[in-house]
Amino acid sequence: MHPVLDVQRVKKIYGQGETEVQALRGVSLTVERGDYVAIMGSSGSGKSTLMNILGCLDIPTTGKYLLDGVDVSRLNDRQLALVRNRRIGFVFQAFNLIARTSALANVELPLAYAGVKGAERRRRANLALSMVGLADRAGHEPNQLSGGQQQRVAVARALVTAPALVLADEPTGNLDTQSTNDVLAVFDRLSASGRTIVLITHEPDVAERAKRLIRLVDGHIVQDERLK
Amino acid sequence: MNLFETIRFALRAITANKLRSSLTVLGILIGVAAVILLVAVGNGSAQAVQKQIESLGTNTLTVTAGGGGGARGAASTTSTALNMTLIPALSDKDEAPHVRSASPVVTGSQSATYEGTDHTIAQFVGTYPGYVAASNFKLAKGSLFTDEDVTDSRKVMVIGKTVAEELFGTVDPLSKQVNVAGKLFTVIGVLADKGGTGFTDPNDVAMAPVSAVQESLTGYGSLNQILIEATAPGDVTEAQNEVTAILNAKLNITGSSTTAYRIQNASQLLETRANTAETFTLLLGAVAGISLLVGGIGITNIMMVTVTERTREIGIRKALGAPKRTILTQFLVEATVLSLIGGLLGVAAAVIGSRFTIVSIQPVIVPSSVFLALGFSVAIGLFFGSYPASRAAGLRPIEALRYE
Repeated sequence: MHPVLDVQRVKKIYGQGETEVQALRGVSLTVERGDYVAIMGSSGSGKSTLMNILGCLDIPTTGKYLLDGVDVSRLNDRQLALVRNRRIGFVFQAFNLIARTSALANVELPLAYAGVKGAERRRRANLALSMVGLADRAGHEPNQLSGGQQQRVAVARALVTAPALVLADEPTGNLDTQSTNDVLAVFDRLSASGRTIVLITHEPDVAERAKRLIRLVDGHIVQDERLK
Repeated sequence: MNLFETIRFALRAITANKLRSSLTVLGILIGVAAVILLVAVGNGSAQAVQKQIESLGTNTLTVTAGGGGGARGAASTTSTALNMTLIPALSDKDEAPHVRSASPVVTGSQSATYEGTDHTIAQFVGTYPGYVAASNFKLAKGSLFTDEDVTDSRKVMVIGKTVAEELFGTVDPLSKQVNVAGKLFTVIGVLADKGGTGFTDPNDVAMAPVSAVQESLTGYGSLNQILIEATAPGDVTEAQNEVTAILNAKLNITGSSTTAYRIQNASQLLETRANTAETFTLLLGAVAGISLLVGGIGITNIMMVTVTERTREIGIRKALGAPKRTILTQFLVEATVLSLIGGLLGVAAAVIGSRFTIVSIQPVIVPSSVFLALGFSVAIGLFFGSYPASRAAGLRPIEALRYE
């Protein structure tokens, strides 16, 4: 059985010549199915860059990244779209909901791109919304929801396609304590149900809830310990 | 995701952003309507000029005294050039078979008074009855003066619409006596409105027998002009040749010098008309070109801005697994819908606008300008609606997401 994530000596370099910045200086990492990994690091340590590469939103400069045993760099645009749609649920720090579109429609969006038909799509989207405790807010638009509620809609959107891998880039970075707890509770439940989760944070108490903690400094992994 | 689904997404995006959508539609509407209306105004004025030229008559020749060398001070010789003795010769059917009528014209402005109302008639014409038809006037009511009136020098006249309104207002002018420069003339007819939006009012006119006008007002001097009516528009050239021959013989002119008189014919007028039409066509082309360009830039602008502004949204959609083609289709459908709605509303606005008189010109819509404006605007809307979208959809999701 392949590991879900297999990152081999990945480097990411931005810019050229004098403005060159090495965000990742050779990161290798494997994550097994069902793991719950927290990645910590100060800003500029390359953790967001790593997350974007893991989510197929960006490509590494050098190195190899296997997702479920498939080399992502060999995929074309169409196949990449399919991978993002089916295999990965991505939660952003800035929520990234589509404006002036109801919570339900936002959650339905990945299903629509997956080709799921109307009624089934609505049923599954409603189910995902009730999983994050927002069934009663389905008709609300993002600007009618609090930050915590918006992030939970974003989480619902990430899980609605039942992806094997959930990636969250500082999902609680913009949230108050209560909303943080709400969102983390959702992640705990997901982890308990066997999903693989990789989460970025710089709050130690958020990281404590994970099973494994990785610290990044200046584009290198300096610590990798199992918590549970 | 099938096409139907994509179209529903596009429509939802349009209705979700009502302000943005309506501004885009407005931009296209203004572009299309401006082009169609400007062309329609140009076309309307071209037609007005054409009508005005046509109203002068196309089968007439005007013989005027004096040639191009009027500045030589030869007034005494040229002023005697045209007189009443020429008229019988010009009307001779044997010598001038292509001349239907030859009317002497003495003209000038005269002040007229009726029961304390003053009006200066711009053109008080002494002539023959044939002049009325030759100069494209028609009688509205009453009757025309006859050849007998001319022979007997009766002081009767027919007046133009403007004169009737100025002097009589609502009173029926028929059989009323009007004081013209101290002499009483009886109104026996009123001319119909002669169209034309020129600088001079063609209806500010009165016509009376030439004999009566010469007797009581101008004296038996020279004629201002002789109006020749050819038998048909195609006979104008023959008529001109005959008239030239007769005049040269009568006035003892040898050679082809144009000293004593000058003949203007309808073909010259037609030439003027052709030139005018050509000028207007050029003007229309320039106006249409510029307004299309301006409208196109406006549409380009709003499309580029609204779509570029949504680069982040495109990034989100890509991150959720939307293939490039689906995103492109959505934006293409959005641009099509907005461009078409804007374009059709623009056509409607132009059609409504053309019902009103704009700067005293009645616009006449040119059908090809409708298709041109609509086609061009929709094409521009489509291109600049989908080009930034395709650029954004071609980015890696993270680049599109970082776009501010």
